[in-house]
Amino acid sequence: MAVNRNFRTCPSTGLLYHEPAEKLMRWNAVAAVVSLLVGGLLALLVTLTRWPTVHLLPADAFYMTLTGHGLNMLVFWIIFFEIAILYFVSTVLLRCRLATPGWAWAGFWLMVAGALVNNYSVFIRGDSSVMFTSYAPMGAHPTFYLGLILFAVGALIGCFVFFGTLVVAKAEKTYNGSVPLVTFGGITAAIIAVFTIATGAIILIPTMLWSMGLVDHIDSLMYRTVWWGFGHSSQQINVSAHVSVWYAIAAIVFGAKPMNEKVSRTAFLLYIFFLQLASAHHLLADPGLTSNWKIFNTSYAMYLAVLASLVHGLTVPGAIEVAQREKGFNKGLFEWLRKAPWGNPAFSAMFISLVGFGFLGGISGVVLGTEQLNLIMHNTFYVPGHFHATVVVGTTLAFMGLTYFLIPTLFRRQLAFPKLAQWQPYLFGLGMSAFSLFMMGAGTLGVPRRHWDMTMAGNLMPWEWPGTAYLMVGLFAISGLVAIIGGGAYLLIVVWSVFLGKKIETPGFAHMTAKQGRAAIPVPVAASLQGQGGGHGHANIGAWGMVAPGTFVLAMVLLVSFILYYFVNWKYLSTVWPLS
Amino acid sequence: MSAIQPPQQRIWWKTPIDRVEGIWIILAFIWCLVMFFMMPYWHVFGKQNLSNEAYRSTPEMFMKKAEDGIAKYKVREETEQKIPVIHPPAGADVYLVARLWSWYPILELEAGKSYRLHLMSMDWLHGFSLQPENINIQVHPGYEHVLTITPTAAGTYGIVCNEYCGINHHTMSSKLYVVK
Repeated sequence: MAVNRNFRTCPSTGLLYHEPAEKLMRWNAVAAVVSLLVGGLLALLVTLTRWPTVHLLPADAFYMTLTGHGLNMLVFWIIFFEIAILYFVSTVLLRCRLATPGWAWAGFWLMVAGALVNNYSVFIRGDSSVMFTSYAPMGAHPTFYLGLILFAVGALIGCFVFFGTLVVAKAEKTYNGSVPLVTFGGITAAIIAVFTIATGAIILIPTMLWSMGLVDHIDSLMYRTVWWGFGHSSQQINVSAHVSVWYAIAAIVFGAKPMNEKVSRTAFLLYIFFLQLASAHHLLADPGLTSNWKIFNTSYAMYLAVLASLVHGLTVPGAIEVAQREKGFNKGLFEWLRKAPWGNPAFSAMFISLVGFGFLGGISGVVLGTEQLNLIMHNTFYVPGHFHATVVVGTTLAFMGLTYFLIPTLFRRQLAFPKLAQWQPYLFGLGMSAFSLFMMGAGTLGVPRRHWDMTMAGNLMPWEWPGTAYLMVGLFAISGLVAIIGGGAYLLIVVWSVFLGKKIETPGFAHMTAKQGRAAIPVPVAASLQGQGGGHGHANIGAWGMVAPGTFVLAMVLLVSFILYYFVNWKYLSTVWPLS
Repeated sequence: MSAIQPPQQRIWWKTPIDRVEGIWIILAFIWCLVMFFMMPYWHVFGKQNLSNEAYRSTPEMFMKKAEDGIAKYKVREETEQKIPVIHPPAGADVYLVARLWSWYPILELEAGKSYRLHLMSMDWLHGFSLQPENINIQVHPGYEHVLTITPTAAGTYGIVCNEYCGINHHTMSSKLYVVK
């Protein structure tokens, strides 16, 4: 079979696109955005139902909607987009052809089929309102699990096409030395993805057989233990992917280079070694597991994976600071940040994602995942508050930022509604941050997650929540609506640009062969022409012997907030009923 | 050159670490160790730790023990469904049944006394959420979880189910009385 070796060079960025890879990236990105649209409409219904003032849907429709919202957002939107990212960081950044496009298409269509089958089970059959987690012994229709399994197999094929592409790039010598840091982050995500999908298969296949009556019994604790090896690890794919996207946007917008390759790569390596252990923090309030097991695992082995995130949290803005200072924004501590392109949605999305993920998602996640502190938060509204800060403010917003870069270079369309696009990351990012914060506030007051009616009207023995809990939930709903408007703006901009936007014509456009693409020395992308200092030749910038003192100050603010919030929670725990 | 290109130096792993990164890694690592040691520390010196005591059981066995407790300690019935209220002596084993969609029976405990609370589900997963203390524990079918609890202040508390358990999940709430 003839291998398609046609490439095109993007005139504005100098990036090299392999023809079949380009088409696959587009289709995966479009499928992702369609899932986001579905999940976003469901988000609106969920928010309006949880808001006691509106209380829109009846109970059965609410639980169905919440199930569909979780799956379309957490699984379909994010993983379709991640497959596009994997193809981007391999073929485009390594300037190489995609291995086996046929298999990549097979994977894509399996994922589409899986997403459709799963949604059919939830919405058309309507007998699978079991939430994203589908905890046995609560059972769904077999098609619910089948959809997820098909989707996972498709995603696994995508991961192996990605690995194959790395082999091709190495064999055809399309790059020199080591892979770029962003590709390295993509490899991290793909390795974690393989582990995640294998774990998902171990639990979902028997559960499907059980729902068909072929397996007799699924133990609830075994299910939760193994399922979280899939459910939480899939969030670790997201973390690796969006940290790579942060590095990529910093490189694209500022020409930023990693402060130190060794530090950033080691941090990714720590993710591979330790992040999955974190899955155990979902089981802190469960019987049948010992404290020793809980403490070791949930601390990600002494928090080495948290350390990795703290490192990325410094090195990403640090790299931006160094690049900005080298451009001359070297005054004081924060000139580099003040003079950053806040009107560029790729940058503002990336920066809000970074700050929101660190301050809201990161800190709350570690507190929530501490063995004893989990007791005063487990299964309350605090939990979705935390993960909306990580997965939505962190991952989704980072992906939105990347989209603004991809529309002109990958889809070759001009960005529609550029003024709206400038505002979109602020609407979505700040709305979502407030949403998460108020959700966590309500959770601290005990309001449960996944609950249709906090007023408990009609219950035999209702619990009356304090007025502050109602206030928190009201504010949560209003912030949620702001975020949904921001999400709607993103969808409008993206769909309009991709399907109706003005085409970017390429003068003298011609395909080229792989031989021509096999440049010995990669052509630098336009934006990265600045900041060409050597590995450590920037002694004349910064202050206190530090190249990025402003970032250091920001990192210290994070650390101090972290320490204070952590001990406030211990203090609060010490006031509740003694338990042993 | 930049993060989207291969490292400029072939031997990138020998580049010295900048002071910003070096100091930060040390500080962050110390903080990670502090957080790690807080958990064992609290097991020794703290008063709020989740019990490791749990047994395999069956709905029949657990329900029988709950009914025995009701027979011994029942003081009254409440609501139109005549749900029994039990007032066990300090130190007693107290059985609380979680099932679709109720908690059974209602407990009346004394402030400052300790009890061995047994939690188990008869069917699906449930969540024991004690309000306004906000103590939250997962309740499994087939696993009898035994906790020693010590109520601190008198009052009427709420028990809310906070693990989604099907269509009437939101109706699964109960009371817990603490008397002087």
